Amino acid sequence: MKSKKLTQNPLFLPLVCVLLVLAVNAVYDLSQGKAFYEFFITVINDQGLLTGRLVTILNRGSEVAILAIGMTLVVSASAGTDISVGSVMSLCASFCCMLVAGFGVSSVDDVAIPRLLLGLLGALVMGCICGAFNGTLVAYLNIQPMVATLILWSAARAIGLLLCNNLIVYVRTDAYGVFGGYIGFLPTPILIAAVCIAVVSLVLKKTAMGMYIQSVGINKKASRIAGLNSKRIIFMCYLLCGLCAGIAGIVASSRITSADSNNIGLNMELDAILAVALGGNSLGGGKFNLAGSIIGAYTIQAITTTMYNLGVSSAVAPVFKAVVVIVIVVIQAPPVKNWVRKHTAARPAAGKEAAHA
Amino acid sequence: MENNVVLTMRGISMTFPGVKALDNVDFTLRKGEIHALMGENGAGKSTLIKCLTGINDFEAGEIRVDGVEGTVKNHSTQDAQSVGISTVYQEVNLCPNLSVAENLYIGREPMTAFHTIDRKTMMKKADELVKRLDIKVDVTQNLENYSLAIQQMIAIARASDMDCKVLILDEPTSSLDDGEVEKLFKVMNQLKEEGVGIIFVTHFLEQVYAVCDRITVLRNGTLVGEYPIADLPRVKLVAAMMGKDFDDLASIKPEGFEAQKDTPMEIEARGLSHKGTIKPFDLDIRKGEVIGLTGLLGSGRSELARSIYGADRAQTGTLKVAGKEAKISQPLDAMNLGMGLLPDDRKAEGIIGDLSVRENIILAMQAKRGMFRQLSRAKQEEIADEYIRLLQIKTATRETPIKQLSGGNQQKAILARWLATDPDFLILDEPTRGIDIGTKTEIQKLIIQLSQQGKSIMFISSEIEEMLRTCNRMAVLRDGAKVGELEGELTQERVMAAIAGGADNEK
Ligand SMILES: Nc1ncnc2c1ncn2[C@@H]1O[C@H](COP(=O)(O)OP(=O)(O)OP(=O)(O)O)[C@@H](O)[C@H]1O
Ligand SMILES: [Mg+2]
Repeated sequence: MKSKKLTQNPLFLPLVCVLLVLAVNAVYDLSQGKAFYEFFITVINDQGLLTGRLVTILNRGSEVAILAIGMTLVVSASAGTDISVGSVMSLCASFCCMLVAGFGVSSVDDVAIPRLLLGLLGALVMGCICGAFNGTLVAYLNIQPMVATLILWSAARAIGLLLCNNLIVYVRTDAYGVFGGYIGFLPTPILIAAVCIAVVSLVLKKTAMGMYIQSVGINKKASRIAGLNSKRIIFMCYLLCGLCAGIAGIVASSRITSADSNNIGLNMELDAILAVALGGNSLGGGKFNLAGSIIGAYTIQAITTTMYNLGVSSAVAPVFKAVVVIVIVVIQAPPVKNWVRKHTAARPAAGKEAAHA
Repeated sequence: MENNVVLTMRGISMTFPGVKALDNVDFTLRKGEIHALMGENGAGKSTLIKCLTGINDFEAGEIRVDGVEGTVKNHSTQDAQSVGISTVYQEVNLCPNLSVAENLYIGREPMTAFHTIDRKTMMKKADELVKRLDIKVDVTQNLENYSLAIQQMIAIARASDMDCKVLILDEPTSSLDDGEVEKLFKVMNQLKEEGVGIIFVTHFLEQVYAVCDRITVLRNGTLVGEYPIADLPRVKLVAAMMGKDFDDLASIKPEGFEAQKDTPMEIEARGLSHKGTIKPFDLDIRKGEVIGLTGLLGSGRSELARSIYGADRAQTGTLKVAGKEAKISQPLDAMNLGMGLLPDDRKAEGIIGDLSVRENIILAMQAKRGMFRQLSRAKQEEIADEYIRLLQIKTATRETPIKQLSGGNQQKAILARWLATDPDFLILDEPTRGIDIGTKTEIQKLIIQLSQQGKSIMFISSEIEEMLRTCNRMAVLRDGAKVGELEGELTQERVMAAIAGGADNEK
């Protein structure tokens, strides 16, 4: 009975995927003559910073994890994806650095804190504006999510570049670098992602937002009759998704203490969408599971990091990544799931019959 | 196989997680007979049908079909089609965004010599088909532009037009009015003459006695028996279905339950209209009144109700609720003024399929409170349990996704959603659609009870009988306009005359 419950838990498959990645790591480590738990070894190094493979994955996976939060809500409410998040990240980063450095300035070394805060706030507001733009198109003008967000997907990065006057703007101060660096011994991105996840989880738990979003995603018409403002809810999800992109943009740009418009968040929308799918969420909207998406996000990062460790060259890495993703997605596909369920359910039934006879 | 038998099902068993839906059920269908499959909500009627058509994967039992060697196990509706079984499911499952003609011929489109769809022939044939059944539609229009009743007729037209030995109709008449039912019966009798065996599921007992030759009764997933129609008079049928004696025709209106004259006004509508669906109308409803809306299919009954509730925003006119001018631009506004609307199309506008029974029940109540004032989990469970008990909703647990409930039980859960909001003015559009006779009576009693508490109710039903039992006033609609009201003693004759256009009480 207990094992049946476990396999029906929505987090079962995402967790199996994580275990799979961990197993690959363990086997590799053993073959290299290291301990099988090498993956989990976390130490504070000479510079007083937390390091280890697990820490690296959690650190590097922060942006995707933050994006996955917004993406999960968007997918659930509108049965579509926001493909603009990567570009919006870049735009927000550019806007932030531009505000901090001043228009046309390519590099600053010393920044007053209020100026810095203005930049950060600007990035978040910019994220919200982009989200609101997408949300308006999808919710109020009934444009297909893919098409609506395609606009910013192609434009946002370019707008960012314009804002920076076609320069890569550097903000070389510790105060800015801290968001992608360390607070004490702890990598800040891990902290930021954790806070985002905690806040959204709390809101989902303490308010009816989760039910509203799912209800609208499952049946928009019926939700309206039951008193939900379907359009506003969809709009809100896109707005939140934009805000998440803003936060992720700040982290990504802080890591390199600059706004590299052409590279920040590049292709990250795909990872975010993949994270949602890996988490066992249907891209057709409706029911969602935030924890699944988060696990999915870190799984993607774990795959990437593992491949670097295995010495797969970065040119062919995408191929391996694709293979791993195919395997993970296939084991979650409904026909495969049904097959597994049938074969795990058949045994007790057969046992019962035997007992009868 | 006996030579006049087209279909036998033997020892069919089927289990869903937590529910034994069918337990060793037998069913036999003969050539040229109309066979009623009867039972309460959740008895297993639809499940038995889905086992036959390959939607459900039954665990035990065998199915044999005339003309097919060995046992038959279908895996899809197409499979079933290929052995001559044609089905109209309980929930209309056509494509709303395709045209009527495409829906009629999807999967069997007429082809041109170049292997492309011959649209011209398709339109022509579709047009002939709907004319033959006397359905008034434009076959080039999208299906979603038509009411649920028309959609149901289209589904029937599609199924009956296919070459079949067995025709299955799962509650096809649930939203049809008498005229449409007559048309359907004509088609059924015609097919019966041609030797087709018809399985007919319904909760309308009169319809069973009007066309059926034989009845099979299920109760709680088990077979009660198979009877020739003459051996099972109405009272016995009810007893067989419910497992106890029950008088579903007893009057439930208390003494002196008549049009309220002295209570304050709840709703005063003046010149309300919605373009294309309902012409400007005036309507007053007092507190504690049960007003019925009657009229033919497409006369604008649902549309009138929807324009008051803001489901289709009224474009002209004014509305006063409890004496105060009200501006309603969306359903939530109406809910905040104490209204509720149970829509007639359960699948499209009622259930949130993947959410649990609990969430479906508390949804409207939560929406009224607002997103940030979440009902506590304990409170939600308490409310859900209360209504599951009150309306006898048959569900494995309160956390079961509502789409796994039988049709009638889904309907009860949606009704519970509105009762939970404690509305002052409740619009019930076909509230007993697909609900069995025992519960139907309970719901009718509930309506009267609510009105005695001073709530106003607007009641829409294609079953005049049912409205006579509960309403104390009626408004008559024709061709998208309100044409009159009926007060005083309501009788079948007066209502029929008014609907048909007699001058009775027309203002
Ligand atoms: N997909 C499903 N998953 C789980 N349980 C189901 C599913 N479909 C039906 N059931 C259960 O099987 C039982 C029989 O349901 P069924 O739909 O056959 O009833 P029915 O006789 O058609 O009732 P109604 O008159 O309300 O349509 C019900 O208890 C229902 O909850
Ligand atoms: Mg049914």
